[in-house]
Amino acid sequence: MHTGLTDTEIISRVLKGDQQLYAQIVERYQNYVFTLVLRMVESREDAEEVSQDIFVKAYRSLADFRGESKFSTWLYTIARTSSITFLRKKKLDTTSIDNEKTFIQVENQESGFKANIIEQKSRHAMVNEAIQMLSPDDAQVITLFYKGEQSLEEMGRILGMEPNTVKVKLHRARQRLKEKMEKYFSHEVREIQGD
Amino acid sequence: MRYVKYRAIDDSTGKENNRSELCDDINEKRKNNFMDTEMNIEARLWDYIDGLSSVNEKSVVEKLIETNLEWKNKYHELLEAHQLMKSTELEEPSMRFAKNVMEEIAKYHVAPATKTYINKKIIWGIGGFFIIMILGFLIVAISQTHFTDTATPKILTDYNNAVNKIQWGKIFNSTYTNIFLGINVILGLMMLDIYLTRKKQQHKEA
Repeated sequence: MHTGLTDTEIISRVLKGDQQLYAQIVERYQNYVFTLVLRMVESREDAEEVSQDIFVKAYRSLADFRGESKFSTWLYTIARTSSITFLRKKKLDTTSIDNEKTFIQVENQESGFKANIIEQKSRHAMVNEAIQMLSPDDAQVITLFYKGEQSLEEMGRILGMEPNTVKVKLHRARQRLKEKMEKYFSHEVREIQGD
Repeated sequence: MRYVKYRAIDDSTGKENNRSELCDDINEKRKNNFMDTEMNIEARLWDYIDGLSSVNEKSVVEKLIETNLEWKNKYHELLEAHQLMKSTELEEPSMRFAKNVMEEIAKYHVAPATKTYINKKIIWGIGGFFIIMILGFLIVAISQTHFTDTATPKILTDYNNAVNKIQWGKIFNSTYTNIFLGINVILGLMMLDIYLTRKKQQHKEA
């Protein structure tokens, strides 16, 4: 199925009527988009629904992609706005986008960790769990930087911020992630450091 | 509350003075300075790790890592965190995800680019319509005003007099004004017609 075409080439062919080629775009970015959405929308079902909606929206507005930025930057902008709209529609407290998840959730997770303390966690699973404990904003910043392959300028475009603000946010998010890992996974971190 | 007593030598006189300061304040200051320094080290190290430092800064940081134990330890700590964050794996949606998306988009067509249906001529037309209206009213109002040299220096009085002098009845009864207003109304109706026709077409397409 993979033809080795670049995003821009695929887009121009889809715009000419080759609709099936859009599947390549979906396959290429589904994990990135799904992860980003999951950082904001907690349930996997909701995240999948929102992600599907994002790809449909992106397809419908494909003619608006002018190639001034990377396709991924454009797609992540749609992902972010769609996730926020979804949260608003669900009448969730929108201020929670900036705040860390509630204490109760962290407590529940903490008790889960204690129960599974004997279980050896793989590196990425541990970091993923720590990321899940962060506020959606912090989690998105980290995901965009480390997994979305976005520069500070591109992240600024997605988040609607100046690159310097993004840099400060990234520093703080990493700091908080480090604190979470030290607090909840100190045992595993020490083991990794001992490797 | 605890006070710390200490002796300070005055630079200008060379005399020793006994001084005391709140102990908590000193500790707080020391703590803040420590935090500032640590934050600064972290920020500089993160920039170095991310490759965002300038060439000069890069060499300075490299030297600090080599020579300063605190910097060295912090660097290794942050580097480990950085590698851990890089090692995260992306979440995966269900196996049918791509198929679901393709089935969904089969119902739609790519919408025309916003550029094509937001006609710049219409935007300029609307803008021009309002500008012509405002300018027209201003010109008529100014032409109806009689400025005299005897006007008092009070701006407000002048303004009130000028407004009172405008013969509104004449303005709206003159042939030119009526023609001007008529043209504007026709333009407005034309734009409304274009807007409604487009809406109708979009509704049909959907």
